[in-house]
Amino acid sequence: MSRQYVIRRLLVMIPSLLGISVILFCVLAMAPGDPFAELAANPAIPPEVAASLRAKFGLDDPVWMRYLHWIAAMARGDWGFSFASRIDVDTLILQRLPTTLMVIGAAQLLAIVVALPVGVLAGTRPYSIFDQVANTLAFVGFSLPTFFTGLLLILVFSVKLEWLPMVYRADLNVTGWQWVVEQVRQSIMPVLVLGLFQGASLVRYVRSAVLDVVRLDYVTTARSKGIGERRVITRHIVRTALIPVVTLVALQMPIIFGGALVTEQIFRVPGIGSLLISAMLANDTPVVMAVTFVLACLVVFFNFIADVLYGWLDPRISYR
Amino acid sequence: MAGSTPVSLTADPPVAAASATPARKARFSPGREAWRRFRRHKLAMASTVILGLIVAAVVLGPLVWRVPINEIDFSAKLEGPSLAHPFGTDDLGQDILARMLYGGRISLAVGLAAMLVACFVGVLVGAIAGMSRGSVDAGLMWLADLFLALPQLPLLLLIIYLFRDSLTKVLGPEGGVFVMVVAVIGGLRWMQVARLVRAQILSIREKEFIEAARALGASNSRQVVRHILPNALGPVIVAGTIDVAAAIIAESTLSFLGLGFPPDIPTWGRVLFDAKDTMDMAPHWVLFSGGAIFLAVLSINFIGDGLRDALDPRRVL
Repeated sequence: MSRQYVIRRLLVMIPSLLGISVILFCVLAMAPGDPFAELAANPAIPPEVAASLRAKFGLDDPVWMRYLHWIAAMARGDWGFSFASRIDVDTLILQRLPTTLMVIGAAQLLAIVVALPVGVLAGTRPYSIFDQVANTLAFVGFSLPTFFTGLLLILVFSVKLEWLPMVYRADLNVTGWQWVVEQVRQSIMPVLVLGLFQGASLVRYVRSAVLDVVRLDYVTTARSKGIGERRVITRHIVRTALIPVVTLVALQMPIIFGGALVTEQIFRVPGIGSLLISAMLANDTPVVMAVTFVLACLVVFFNFIADVLYGWLDPRISYR
Repeated sequence: MAGSTPVSLTADPPVAAASATPARKARFSPGREAWRRFRRHKLAMASTVILGLIVAAVVLGPLVWRVPINEIDFSAKLEGPSLAHPFGTDDLGQDILARMLYGGRISLAVGLAAMLVACFVGVLVGAIAGMSRGSVDAGLMWLADLFLALPQLPLLLLIIYLFRDSLTKVLGPEGGVFVMVVAVIGGLRWMQVARLVRAQILSIREKEFIEAARALGASNSRQVVRHILPNALGPVIVAGTIDVAAAIIAESTLSFLGLGFPPDIPTWGRVLFDAKDTMDMAPHWVLFSGGAIFLAVLSINFIGDGLRDALDPRRVL
């Protein structure tokens, strides 16, 4: 793993980030409607003030200049002001981001913990009963939309059985162990919904990765040396098969952010996804733009991680 | 070796196929060969029947089940399934079966239309990238990678948030949202098809029959349309099938978040969105609408899996 490789990967991120920012800005710039329409319609604000505000925010400039202004402001950390919440957008996002990352992280962990053993078992015994059942369940898993599974879980565990709380609360008024217990109790359902959805598609990737490796000559060599089956699987097969899976986990990040958006909405998790939806419903454009951009940045960042991990795990990759 | 394993495993193990091949009686056309392999995939066959039933119900259902979708009857609100209302009623006493039959048309139409948009854009971009070497190819593939890195759902929501009002003004509430949802979902899903088509073209264009066509003076576009694309169609069909399922989920997600079709157009996602607040009193409302989405998506995914077996160029079964 050379340092040059990492640096080169970091440099490749810059054009993608710029490209994404151009797309986002184009969408915003092409959109009809004027962010100052309400201001102009408000009789309490004299037209001169509205005009000077327009000039101040550069709304009369050509598009490319507005883009440069916007990107410069984003880079400086000046992300604007939320109309609805009356605080700076960056503080708002920083408040919400940890919750989302925690839920997504736990879900991704659950997905890996479930998918890895199931996928490896299915891949090492292709066409067995276990394999068929696992595959059918995987199909069911990623055909169930997250919003439906979320509602089903609420229906069963909150409404009928009353075991788990229906709504996620950020302001638990208990401390110590009680807090941990409550936190876990209210996180179970969102994490389960997201994790099983991710895990279902991951199972199939793990299985096909294992299948590709199982018949390679070096595995036969390992077996013929008399190494036990269990050790062949854990030491020889899984180690190689995991390389593409690691990349896939990172590349699935855009999907899991989409899923997080939905689950946060169902369980009222106060994360960045529900912030996006509520900002949209409240016409809070600065927040909408910033959240979309943050999500895009996270996706690019995870792609970078995937690339670096891939280069680190697989010595066959040349660090061009 | 590694490649001799069937892509999907819900099909029968290859043992059965091995015994059938020696006694080959007649030469089959590629279409019949594919159909033979597709039939082997039992779940895909079952899914085809189920999807056929869903499509038939949605297309013909409103002609048979003539209950209006917006007849409000407060005396019969939130009722469970009964003879008068097989799927029960919602909070306004409207018949859920009638609403779902009507909304299903839109849900399925969105899926199909979005797939067509995605495939059209994908084939176009992939073909251009595959046939033109150098900077055009590199640029288009960079664009595809860029689109793959975009967070789809947030961007979808963003575009709809920004453009909904003006489009509904031009095309009406139903048509406007339909065109926008289809265009956006399709416009964000072309990358996979583009990459597939490009990869296929890169390998096929070096084959002898293409060289022959070129030697006979076929133009680039004729080579692509008449000779390359028909041979590259298999993976595109599979990807397109999966895209239909993804588009149905995307539309339902939008409707479920309250940002899709307006309330008077009961797509399945919209029905589910309306149902979620009275989940404790009327669970049938959630179960029927969510179940319809699930069943349609699951059967389409299985059909895609069967098609992958049937159309896989490796021809393993």
